[in-house]
Amino acid sequence: MSAVATRHRGFWTPGRVVVHLVLAVVTIATVYPILQIVAISLRPADRLYSTSLAIIPPDATLRAYPTLLFERDFLLWMRNSFVVSAAVTIFGVILAATAGYAFSRFRFVGWRMGMMAFLVSQLFPATMLMLPLYVVMRQLGLLDSFMGLAVAYTATALPFCVWTMRGYYDTVPVEIEQAALVDGCTPWQAFTRVLLPLVTPALAITALFSFMAAWSEFIVARVILSRQSLYTLPLGLESLAGRFQTEWANYAAGSLMVCLPVLVLFVVLNRALISGLSLGGVKS
Amino acid sequence: MIRAPRWYPYLLLVPAALVMVVVVFFPLLYNVWLSFRNMSLAHFLDHRFIGLEQYRRVFADPALYAMLARSLVWTTVNLFFHALFGVALALLLNGAVKGKAIFRALLILPWAMPQYISALTWRGMFNTEYGAINLMIKQWLHLPGIPWQTDPFWAFVAPIIVNIWLGFPFIMVVTLGGLSAIPVHLYEAADLDGATWWQKFRNVTWPQLTPVLAPALILGTVWTFNNLNVIWLVSRGGQPGDRTHILVTYLYKVAFSYSRYSFSAAFSVIVLLLLLVFLLFAMKRLAPAEAR
Repeated sequence: MSAVATRHRGFWTPGRVVVHLVLAVVTIATVYPILQIVAISLRPADRLYSTSLAIIPPDATLRAYPTLLFERDFLLWMRNSFVVSAAVTIFGVILAATAGYAFSRFRFVGWRMGMMAFLVSQLFPATMLMLPLYVVMRQLGLLDSFMGLAVAYTATALPFCVWTMRGYYDTVPVEIEQAALVDGCTPWQAFTRVLLPLVTPALAITALFSFMAAWSEFIVARVILSRQSLYTLPLGLESLAGRFQTEWANYAAGSLMVCLPVLVLFVVLNRALISGLSLGGVKS
Repeated sequence: MIRAPRWYPYLLLVPAALVMVVVVFFPLLYNVWLSFRNMSLAHFLDHRFIGLEQYRRVFADPALYAMLARSLVWTTVNLFFHALFGVALALLLNGAVKGKAIFRALLILPWAMPQYISALTWRGMFNTEYGAINLMIKQWLHLPGIPWQTDPFWAFVAPIIVNIWLGFPFIMVVTLGGLSAIPVHLYEAADLDGATWWQKFRNVTWPQLTPVLAPALILGTVWTFNNLNVIWLVSRGGQPGDRTHILVTYLYKVAFSYSRYSFSAAFSVIVLLLLLVFLLFAMKRLAPAEAR
């Protein structure tokens, strides 16, 4: 028997075969709903109802994709969503990095209350914030503007990001910055040049969550935007579902294209995601 | 600690605090104020102070207690399966697995999908006649389909299944992070003592994992309790006959379909207080880990 075969037999113990089988079954079940969207996007015309379980229907067509891209405003919605999401990502990273740093490296009057305030913001049913939010945004002149939307989305992801950043800073020994201060850095330099480069996984998570909060949000966008030329992807997709007859294939194709950037980000940031989520800040 | 002027941390907090005040805390306090008044469609501009009357009405609503119970079932069942699947899959993935990166990337997908797209897709899959799930039950198992849309029990099970699917990747990722932070020498020591797989899990893995998992589960509880999208979209706004509502979906309906703004403001303050009690209790139990 060759060495390779022996090594293989050595790896595939009965226990490991079972583990792989379990993982395979769970993974297929997990991915199945996403395959469903693929299936619907390939169906001709507006046929939502089919009793076939085939992922690729016999009369499959890719028509929905060019229709969506060139005969609907999809590219405009995508551009709008991208502008808003990019702004939210930048705001989110800056605000969470500074606030988390304040909570990790300083103890001050109101420290406990501040930390709690970020948590408490998660306890209130978010839909009830919409009516007063509309009033505030109107007062600030931020209705029907990307700025208004970006500010609202930044606040959605911020509490989680601040806690994550704070937890991750806590795992970095403070002596590293103290040494930089002794060497003549200002506190701001010690923060931006010494500490920040050491917490990139947490920064990546903050960026990802901020981006996601903006990319796929519907209700706030509905409240703040009314001009069609400003529509973001979720609003645009909903308008496809809301016409006289729902364009299901277009809707599904659009959904897939909306998911794609986020899926890519998740896969690329997979490692950072696993090492950077330290909410409790008790990892040491 | 870092030595800096006393005002320095406050300066760092100002931008984040400003955004939170505008978007969350002012609207929250506005709701508290509104909950003591009688604003509704009939009294949209001429609303006045009526004290605790709205709170009395909330507690007098016979539907409240059934929905509170459903909220608790919804949250516990979801969290239980999030933790079970999340931790189990993380443990499997942490072992010797071929194609680990691929499994990991695919298992994270439900988290990455925009929630409204997932929810609408699942709603299609739960369609009694044409949905993939009943088709599988009929074509593969040769059993009668499940009345996902018409039976209140199954109509509530459907969004729970969807939400379990949505939520387990978060716990899985947190657990994977926690597992990777456990010092290898602890396992080496356990091996020297001849510990079994179960003994290693019970005495090394689990105690090392809890401080990482506990905050994620607390946050997950709050998010799940307040999750409106899944039930609302999967059950088409509480169908059949408003018997799948949890507190927050009912709240949404009362506020925006019936325009009872002050009533729903009082309702939302009660939800806030309920979760606050839970949070303080949970954090107190965690205190030994948090106080360093």
